[in-house]
Amino acid sequence: MRKVLLAAALLGFSWACTNNGGNSSAAASSSGETTPASGTSNASYDSLKGSGKFTHVELNPTLDSKMITAGKSVYDLKCSACHKLTSEKLVGPGWLGVTTRRKPEWIMNFVTNTDEMIDKDPHAQAMLQICMVRMPNQHLSDEDARNILEFMRNNDQSK
Amino acid sequence: MSTHKLHLLAAALIGFSAVIPGCKPRNAATAITSDAAQKTYVAPGKYDEFYNFVSGGFNGQVSVYGLPSGRLLKLIPVFSVFPENGYGYSEETKAMLNTSHGFIPWDDQHHLELSQKDGSPDGRWLFANANNTPRVARIDLTTFKTEEILELPNSAGNHSSPFCTENTEYIVAGTRFSVPMGDNTDVPINSYKKNFHGTVSFIKVDSVTGRLSLAFQLLLPGVNFDLSHAGKGPSADWFFFSCYNTEQAHTLLEVNASQRDKDFIMAVNWRKAEEYAREHKGELRKVSYVHNVYDEKTQTASSTTENTVLVIDPTQLPGFVYFIPCPKSPHGCDVDPTGEYIVGSGKLAALIPVFSFTKFQKAIADKQFDGDYAGIPVIKYEAALYGEVQKTGLGPLHTEFDDKGNAYTSFFVSSEVVKWRLSDLQILDRKPTFYSVGHLCIPGGDTRHPYGKYLIAYNKITKDRYLPTGPELAQSAQLYDISGDKMEMILDFPTIGEPHYGQAIPADLISKNSVKFYKIEDNNNPYVTKGEKAAKVVRDGNKIHVYITAIRSHFVPDNIEGVKLGDEVYFHVTNQEQDWDIPHGFAVKGAANAEILIMPGETCTLKWTPTEVGVYPMYCTDFCSALHQEMQGYVRVSKAGANTPLLYGTNLPDSSVAKNQ
Repeated sequence: MRKVLLAAALLGFSWACTNNGGNSSAAASSSGETTPASGTSNASYDSLKGSGKFTHVELNPTLDSKMITAGKSVYDLKCSACHKLTSEKLVGPGWLGVTTRRKPEWIMNFVTNTDEMIDKDPHAQAMLQICMVRMPNQHLSDEDARNILEFMRNNDQSK
Repeated sequence: MSTHKLHLLAAALIGFSAVIPGCKPRNAATAITSDAAQKTYVAPGKYDEFYNFVSGGFNGQVSVYGLPSGRLLKLIPVFSVFPENGYGYSEETKAMLNTSHGFIPWDDQHHLELSQKDGSPDGRWLFANANNTPRVARIDLTTFKTEEILELPNSAGNHSSPFCTENTEYIVAGTRFSVPMGDNTDVPINSYKKNFHGTVSFIKVDSVTGRLSLAFQLLLPGVNFDLSHAGKGPSADWFFFSCYNTEQAHTLLEVNASQRDKDFIMAVNWRKAEEYAREHKGELRKVSYVHNVYDEKTQTASSTTENTVLVIDPTQLPGFVYFIPCPKSPHGCDVDPTGEYIVGSGKLAALIPVFSFTKFQKAIADKQFDGDYAGIPVIKYEAALYGEVQKTGLGPLHTEFDDKGNAYTSFFVSSEVVKWRLSDLQILDRKPTFYSVGHLCIPGGDTRHPYGKYLIAYNKITKDRYLPTGPELAQSAQLYDISGDKMEMILDFPTIGEPHYGQAIPADLISKNSVKFYKIEDNNNPYVTKGEKAAKVVRDGNKIHVYITAIRSHFVPDNIEGVKLGDEVYFHVTNQEQDWDIPHGFAVKGAANAEILIMPGETCTLKWTPTEVGVYPMYCTDFCSALHQEMQGYVRVSKAGANTPLLYGTNLPDSSVAKNQ
């Protein structure tokens, strides 16, 4: 009986001490940690659209030339180091055909929410196994992401 | 174990867990060791509560620790070159260390001061002094980079620096070593009394940009100005400086500067001095000093030589400089949070005089003077004295304050910290330090609003505190919990260089503004390469500019030919990454200076002058990805006058390179 009391007291103590709280903002945005691919078995995860703020992207069948130009300058500055416009893989996959392989939402989520997508999206993880380099988060704005998508669509339609 | 004892133990544990919220038992009988561990343990992945900026002394840098863990977070190069990241070596940063004596790769960094607003640290800038070749520096606390270094003319041994006024209107600099100034400097050393002077400089800080400018200097008698602090609240218009060697000795100061019973605290009404300066009531003297500014937009430092300084002579303009007698070669000169009490610490005294600002003001009004010293009025000791703390310890040096009306003074000779109460000057507690403590630091402890909670003692002697490392040891620091009536030592941690003064500030005042990467769109470095398409190699006479990009995990270009002996090669490396904590490093075989570390979105330039024909590897020095080991390239160097054409690229086919053989 007395031992039970002691055990209870110890339990109470250890419980209280594991609930100390503290800062939770210690994020490892690109630490290389790979959480188990829970997304693959999670029924609620939409692997066609990916994870991020873009749930519905409206596309105009006619391409917007201003957006294409803006998208090209983003490509030249932040993407071309690793991605060719053909189907040839450089560091990352070539972009030709990407807009037919992936939904617009997936593309825009991936280029803006890169780390989370690499950690849980099955398609992104499959690409990581091929390329072996985590795509850097290049901090594209929402507008940059939309312009890049238009530039990709143009690339696919003109070849 | 008897059942009785078990009962007791269980009861004790239940009692213990009942007070658990912060896991900090308040019972004085609790074992000190386990309590100390809880108070200083910051679990993996958790953050510290305070940033602690600590001067590096003879390493010329500033180190940043987390409190209460004592973990080293960063070294900030300020007055010393830093081959680890290229500071002082790269083309962008080498101008930071220019002085009127040329490029100087080292200095002795003693004191730090955080910028303040309304008497509280605001987390914008950190100021640092250089003692040897007199300079002050400003470090930006969003980037933790040294942004500005200002040399001081008419100065030597810049020790009583860089303390600031309570809205960072000015930082100060004072001469610990008096020297001859002006046109007549080639004089016999033993003509000290006739020819040597001290100065105190007031450096204006721009409230928006933080830019420094030397506003004016006070010409003062040739004594040693040691430390200083600005007034606060009611005394905010005043600055106080300790001075010793009022004997004006020029040799064997150890003996000859310890003759007089009292030296001085000098009080300066800087508002009045500012007024005189505005009315040009001084002499514009011809001098030469260098001002270095690192421009965040162009990511490049440049130097300007300035040629004049306004010198104000307080013997000619009355009513703003006074001497207050202070026993036995005072060192620390500290003002309490209310601004009423000024604490002088005579290195050789066994008591601590505490002066009253109110009484000091009244003494001026009533002309309670004890003659003058070199033309500056001396206030009667008793007329300004609030009281003396008696039987303190041996060798008081520095005093910091908590938020409850208490002062904490370090004692070098008796190696202890003494806590005493400002209201009645009674000693409340004393604890040993290991060993021979210099400065103390309490978060906000020299401001109007101390945070209290912790006190750090920065010791001068380490001896047996850590595993021996040969004759040279790291310095030792001790952390005390000062939240209770008695101080409790809770941590002992090594520090590097020689910490003199430190400043501590709640972490969120800085962490929330910390820059994570530089936006490449905003990079205005004249040698930036925005995107690999823009990468190129350009010959300009014997200078070769390589505009090179770095991204995980390759350079563009990574094959370069056409460099010849006699060429100077400038690698302008732009890191294309736009993510936190993805720097790339750059090194090339035979480079005679250092590597460069390039932060995401930044451009840094390494100059390389090859001295032999051959093919030289270059590579990334900062492990950046799984293919970091592949992040490399080659530069071919041909003999002078060779006709090897300029050729560069990445992923060049074998044949196009072979063509040039």
